[in-house]
Amino acid sequence: MNSTISDRQRAISVVSPHSGFSPGQFAICLKGIVWRESLRFLHQRERFISALVRPLVWLFIFAAGFRQVLGVSIIPPYQTYILYAEYITPGLIAMIQLFNGMQSSLSMVYDREMGNMRTLLVSPFPRWYLLCSKLIAGTAVSLLQVYAFLLIARFWEIGPPPVGYLLVLPALVLCGLMLGALGMLISSAIKQLENFAGVMNFVIFPLFFASSALYPLWQVREGSPLLYYICEFNPFTHAVELIRFALYAQVNWLSLAVVGGCTVLFILGAILAYDPSRGFLARRGEAAGTA
Amino acid sequence: MITPTLSVEAVSHAYGARQALDSVTFAVEPATFAVLLGLNGAGKSTLFALITRLYATQSGRIRIFDHDVRRASGEALRILGVVFQSRTLDLDLSVMQNLLYHAALHGIRRREAQTRADEVLARIALKDRAHDKVRNLSGGQMRRVEIARALLHRPRLLVLDEPTVGLDINSRADILRYVRQLIATDGIAVLWATHLIDEVADNDHLIVLHQGQVLSDGPLSRVVDDCGATNVRDAFARLTRSEHLSGDTE
Repeated sequence: MNSTISDRQRAISVVSPHSGFSPGQFAICLKGIVWRESLRFLHQRERFISALVRPLVWLFIFAAGFRQVLGVSIIPPYQTYILYAEYITPGLIAMIQLFNGMQSSLSMVYDREMGNMRTLLVSPFPRWYLLCSKLIAGTAVSLLQVYAFLLIARFWEIGPPPVGYLLVLPALVLCGLMLGALGMLISSAIKQLENFAGVMNFVIFPLFFASSALYPLWQVREGSPLLYYICEFNPFTHAVELIRFALYAQVNWLSLAVVGGCTVLFILGAILAYDPSRGFLARRGEAAGTA
Repeated sequence: MITPTLSVEAVSHAYGARQALDSVTFAVEPATFAVLLGLNGAGKSTLFALITRLYATQSGRIRIFDHDVRRASGEALRILGVVFQSRTLDLDLSVMQNLLYHAALHGIRRREAQTRADEVLARIALKDRAHDKVRNLSGGQMRRVEIARALLHRPRLLVLDEPTVGLDINSRADILRYVRQLIATDGIAVLWATHLIDEVADNDHLIVLHQGQVLSDGPLSRVVDDCGATNVRDAFARLTRSEHLSGDTE
């Protein structure tokens, strides 16, 4: 009996010299995931270019065209009349992050179909930590895109006061996490890559157009009270407003609370969805592939 | 008494009304080459998804050494190397970048990871391709890289789900030979899922899985003797009552 126990203990001590991971190893894992996402992003030049071109088209064409049509009165956080291009800049920043979040979602569906996702999911680190690391990586990529956009806009003298570039960073991180988590949650519910077009129609467009990205909500209220309430309940509106206020060194507390709450909610939902015992994936029998 | 490297105890799994695994029980001892033989649809990939914790075990228990995959998944996955049936390498990254990413997912420092990656690539004779994009490798080379990657964190158990599917005869033989060598050189245990009967060798431990049930489990010679067969092909046909043996000369 004693020899059996000692054999067993020896076997275990050989295979697991220590249990758990040190904080340093958690950091290595996070760094590795961010590094991989950055590499993928840099390798996909078309993705970077389209991420920039999309908001720039809105800024330089749409905003110029509607400059005379859409007047913007003095509303917080602005203290003077502003150009329409300046008004829509925060909305376009949020749009970059929205598209990036959905792009991450698309790549998760693709990774799942191709099998790459399994590399991540069989890591011995806790599943919640792996998903949060992936979210952080996606957010880091969205920050690169946003600052590249702000830099180009600056050349056309569109942009916030210099201090706004720094103060907007925490808001961008929070909004990036919220929209990334939303994308992750959606990715868990999409079975096939082909279904992703539906996300464009049913998620991106409603979120973007039923928000304060392109027009102030007081103008929406005059046109349609119902749409106004929809916009008010849209978390994307609050992402836009959080960014808008932060660019002008102010905090919109309501938007901060909504974005913060939604971030937590979406992250929890995504963790639950990717949990092997409770998630949608296991119920669908998807990860096993051909049995 | 030796602690099995892998023990699967009365594991059942269903997708809704469809029963994929029914009370599956077997064990793989250290330094053993165990073949999980079954036709397509037998439940091999479901079992792999449970061993690797892609799915949670619905009933029964899976342990890697003494680590319950469900309760201590981190410790279990830490000593497990996996090669899935479908390719899981990132085609747009280089071979080295794929290996370093995997090392990071196991908390291995960059310098140590680089050293280990050089070692495993030298073992599979692909060191000169370290900085090539995976996309530019052949199917057999990709498989070798996947095996090298699975060994990077020095696992004690290597599980491979139909790793030779889609490869030519030479690549299949190379990979099989290499994995068998690992048992002698590294002392690891291997669980090799396949539907190709010619991949079973005389000294292997054989587990026959059919329609979610283990029909036979033990050393190859015993499995063949127990069902009164003359060889593994005959034994498999008798056990599964199948005239059709899938792709043994694929």
